[in-house]
Amino acid sequence: MNGRIVLEHGAGGRLMHELIKEISTRINVASRGVDKAVFRTPNGKIAFTTDSFVMKPPVIKGCDIGMLSVNGTVNDLVTMGAKPEYLSLSLIIEEGLERDFLMRIIESIREASEKARVKIVTGDIKVVEKGGCDKIFINTSGIGKVYRGVVSSTLNAKPGDVIIVTGSIGDHGAAVLAARGEFQFEVDVSSDCAPLTSVLETLVKKKVIFHTLIDPTRGGLATSLNEVAESSRVAIEVEEESIPVKEEVQGFCEVLGIEPFYLGCEGRLVIFTPEDYADRAVRSLKNLEVSRDACVIGRVLGKSKKGEVKIKTRSGGLRSLPMLQGIPLPRIC
Amino acid sequence: MRFIHEYRDRELVVRIAEKANEFLESLGREVKIMEVCGTHTMAVARHGLKALFKDSLDLISGPGCPICVTPDSGFSMVFQAAEKGKAVLVFGDMMRVPLNGRSLLSLKGEGLDVRVIYSPYDALKIAEREPGKEFVMAGIGFETTSPLFASTILQCVNRGIRNLRLISLFKLIPPALNKLLEADDLEIDGMILPGHVSTIIGIKPYVELVEKHSIPAVIAGFEPVDIVEAIYMILKQLVENRREVENEYSRTVRYEGNVKAIRIMREVFKPVDSEWRGLGLIGESGLALRKEYAYFDAVEEYGLKPVETVKPKGCLCGEVVRGSKKPFECSLYKKVCRPDNPVGPCMVSSEGTCAAYFYADSGNE
Repeated sequence: MNGRIVLEHGAGGRLMHELIKEISTRINVASRGVDKAVFRTPNGKIAFTTDSFVMKPPVIKGCDIGMLSVNGTVNDLVTMGAKPEYLSLSLIIEEGLERDFLMRIIESIREASEKARVKIVTGDIKVVEKGGCDKIFINTSGIGKVYRGVVSSTLNAKPGDVIIVTGSIGDHGAAVLAARGEFQFEVDVSSDCAPLTSVLETLVKKKVIFHTLIDPTRGGLATSLNEVAESSRVAIEVEEESIPVKEEVQGFCEVLGIEPFYLGCEGRLVIFTPEDYADRAVRSLKNLEVSRDACVIGRVLGKSKKGEVKIKTRSGGLRSLPMLQGIPLPRIC
Repeated sequence: MRFIHEYRDRELVVRIAEKANEFLESLGREVKIMEVCGTHTMAVARHGLKALFKDSLDLISGPGCPICVTPDSGFSMVFQAAEKGKAVLVFGDMMRVPLNGRSLLSLKGEGLDVRVIYSPYDALKIAEREPGKEFVMAGIGFETTSPLFASTILQCVNRGIRNLRLISLFKLIPPALNKLLEADDLEIDGMILPGHVSTIIGIKPYVELVEKHSIPAVIAGFEPVDIVEAIYMILKQLVENRREVENEYSRTVRYEGNVKAIRIMREVFKPVDSEWRGLGLIGESGLALRKEYAYFDAVEEYGLKPVETVKPKGCLCGEVVRGSKKPFECSLYKKVCRPDNPVGPCMVSSEGTCAAYFYADSGNE
């Protein structure tokens, strides 16, 4: 089972993290965060990141691969405490793709970059023969300017920190699964895909101190919390009842036997902030459209060597909430 | 959310659990309750219910996870069908089942045609859409699943679909419970009976079982209120010295069960002796296609042979299935054996005991 790459190596769970670790060790990646780098310059710190986007299907309710390729990279920069400024855009297109469809994707790229206030400054196109890729793959890299005095890192969460999420979780993941049309029931969920530029801007403007920002994309909230717990060596406890999940997403998950904590978001930020700032953060975020459902979902209890995440369940129990293990597979009965 | 949140109500759950704890107190000894069904095991884990009870309550997971009780010889035929170039249709749970260092996921990675379906009716549609291809369904599950496959076979007959066949590895719950209760090395004080299976088979099949073995048994739903209440009802029976079948899941389970489903199941399948992981051969505990439907038997048609496999060293899945060992007593658990790298089937399915423990190891080790 070890000889080949399987889909699970890209699913955002433990296998992917191990593969990334192995690759970055081999090529001596000069940054701890691997998909994020921060440079010091005489004029302050610069953040740099890259991401590739494949989406099946490429258009879902509330999002398409163009919009995602802008917001994905923009939000990565936001988690580094940076104001996104420039993007590159590389397209790998499958032979035979309708021109109209491509232009529709390009139009969403234009709209998304305007909304996120980033400039696309360089790019590339490759066309591969039919079957060489699935319709269209996109890579974007992004550069942003780190706000003065801001340090955001998954290594940085501290005991006593309050954990805030900026809105309902799992919408994007559920929308993708629903759009695949493999189920015999309809689910009306829109992706939450959106730029988080204004969220960071507001936190900075309101002088909210924070230790860690993370966007719960692949692997969902549970995986992000575990990443922070492991990197910062802390114990985290969240409350199921406080975690916002849309009713239709919850229902979808119940039927499939999966948990919303493992479904990805593309327009949500998880914020670790000292208790004294939590109220102010939530209040000011609620004024923004993109984070109007912001709320406190838990806190960092204390130090923990291995890093652990627990969840107080709705029915009053307590259990661990591990990282995503492979691809969530629907159950038998 | 209707039908969900009212059954997860914290106050109600805690209040019932407190009453149950009073019974535990008055019994003054360790009480072992088996939750037969894997979905119960997972629900206990997912909602962290163990934390609500006194330590003297020991919850033991039973044989109610289809993937876990299916022996490797059964899985080997599914693998063979894929290797013989058939398109294999399975439920998601099966993709990671390990067999001699491989899995259906890895076979798929090698280019074989393995597809996940969500219902046997999907198989019907796929087979109809691709008439030039031969499809094989892996028939794994209990009384909840087999009627759906039976109805799929009947549809194939009606619609003249000839390119879809079945490997029948179905199992029946009551004979397995009987075998389990006959075992000397397993002492349990009560059973939480499976809600879904009971929706199909009804209450009747348990009555004789409970009389024979004199054990309290409660059919339960899958939400926290259901499970906590079932535990309460079993403890109450123990305190009042009663031994009977009670139905907590009365919102779906009827005495006679789902008569139509039973009829369809009997029309297509006949009971046969069947091998269970951890429990061995059990008389009339499996289902095979009746000779009128032999055409759809993939095992006969493609000459699939159950292959004996080497049991992974240290794997305690057999013992875990029969409830005589807990996952954390296995030396592989969590160290080598994890949901994304399962050594045995109990770590594979979301209903598997080891997977459930993996996701919920809050202070039970």
